[in-house]
Amino acid sequence: MKREGKIQVWQDYQKEIADDHYFYVRSCIRQNFFPGSEQTLLKILRKELNKDIYENPHHTSCSGIGYHSDIVPFDTIQTIVARQFALMTEAGYQNLAVSCITSFGIYNEIIETWKEFPAELKKVRTFLKKATGREFEIPQNVAHASDIIYKFRNEIATIGKNRLINRKTGKPLKIVEHIGCHYSKMFPSKGVGGAEFPHVLVGMIESWGGEVVDYPERRHCCGFGFRQYLVMSNRGYSVSNSRKKFESMEPYKPDAILCNCPGCPMFLDRWQYVIEEMEGKTYGDNGRGIPVLTYEEMAGLVLGYDPWDMGMQMHQTNVEPLLDKMGIHYDIDLKYAGKDGKLIGKPTMVGCGC
Amino acid sequence: MKDFGFSVIKQRTIDYDQFDGRLLNEVLEIEPSFKVCLSCGGCTATCSAADLVSFNVRRMNLLLRRGETVELESEIQKCMLCGKCMLVCPRGINLRNVIMLIKKSILKYKPVNS
Repeated sequence: MKREGKIQVWQDYQKEIADDHYFYVRSCIRQNFFPGSEQTLLKILRKELNKDIYENPHHTSCSGIGYHSDIVPFDTIQTIVARQFALMTEAGYQNLAVSCITSFGIYNEIIETWKEFPAELKKVRTFLKKATGREFEIPQNVAHASDIIYKFRNEIATIGKNRLINRKTGKPLKIVEHIGCHYSKMFPSKGVGGAEFPHVLVGMIESWGGEVVDYPERRHCCGFGFRQYLVMSNRGYSVSNSRKKFESMEPYKPDAILCNCPGCPMFLDRWQYVIEEMEGKTYGDNGRGIPVLTYEEMAGLVLGYDPWDMGMQMHQTNVEPLLDKMGIHYDIDLKYAGKDGKLIGKPTMVGCGC
Repeated sequence: MKDFGFSVIKQRTIDYDQFDGRLLNEVLEIEPSFKVCLSCGGCTATCSAADLVSFNVRRMNLLLRRGETVELESEIQKCMLCGKCMLVCPRGINLRNVIMLIKKSILKYKPVNS
């Protein structure tokens, strides 16, 4: 195929990402397990890129966890989503920025439902009016927060202090990128690169100097699955999914795993510890684990933010091997020091060759 | 080991890079009629042992062709060599000979660590 043809085809895989003025909706899982990530995103957009991003403290969970585990009915989740849109409309915003991949899928699913079945939209408007007295407009643009970082990846690279380069060898760091299933497998047109060629994390890695690892189970689910992890006896299925990925990526010796979903980094991080406890097996260098990062943390490291300010001490698989390779200075004594220098407590369980 | 209340599920992936076809090749060489099996399942439907235990001649064929010799060894013990499967086989395969060949050679090819 001629280059012009390729460019034309690739255009079909692009999505429109708003340039500014975002209404931000948070992720239940991300703020619990990677509490510094969302704050890092807001800091990057406001402080580094001078963007307007607003969040309303009255917004709620999208209730996707309940919906996907068959507890929350579709009418209920539609009305909850409509309320989020009402808060956005009242604040004068039209561009939705979604922190969570599950929510991203939910918002797209519901907006598509309303397009296909206008009677549903009419019904939900009535529900919301009766319940809260609110009215809403459908967002003009729905972007996942990783889409926004992707859009400004080159600006971040320009102002960044660090690169994804091994300081000792001078070679690019080998990064595994893991796309959340609900990002573009449900609605391929809603993700950069679609379901076939997701480019949202690849673009970041390459712009920041790293090398993307292609391995057999690259597109395999991490095993999150609400039905898998909510019931303890089912978690073997979840950990087995992650294990399959670890086994597949291990021969390529990745330096880190980068995720854009809240759940994936949690499981790829925690399951490494669990597998070490169960089988005595670790997948990184020298008996250690492979550090797992959210895209906000990776962007923050590139910009020179302190890893402990970004909450990276909350990872169960230690991130120090990656920080050492990138040549990032960190104070190990401050790892568990809180904002005022007061000890926040050390974990009793540490995994992966700590 | 800590008890998490769940465990890692054993992988059911068959890695053909690790495939050991020695037993299959030996059986096919000595009993070439086995090459024409079309997995119709007639043997399994008429099997006397299958009435009593979870024995499945067609599954045995599959295990052999996948090189899953560990599972095949325990399965093959259930056959009573009655020969009913040979009466119904539309391809006239000497299945009893196939079973005997597997029994005879399986220990030779079984993985050491199994």
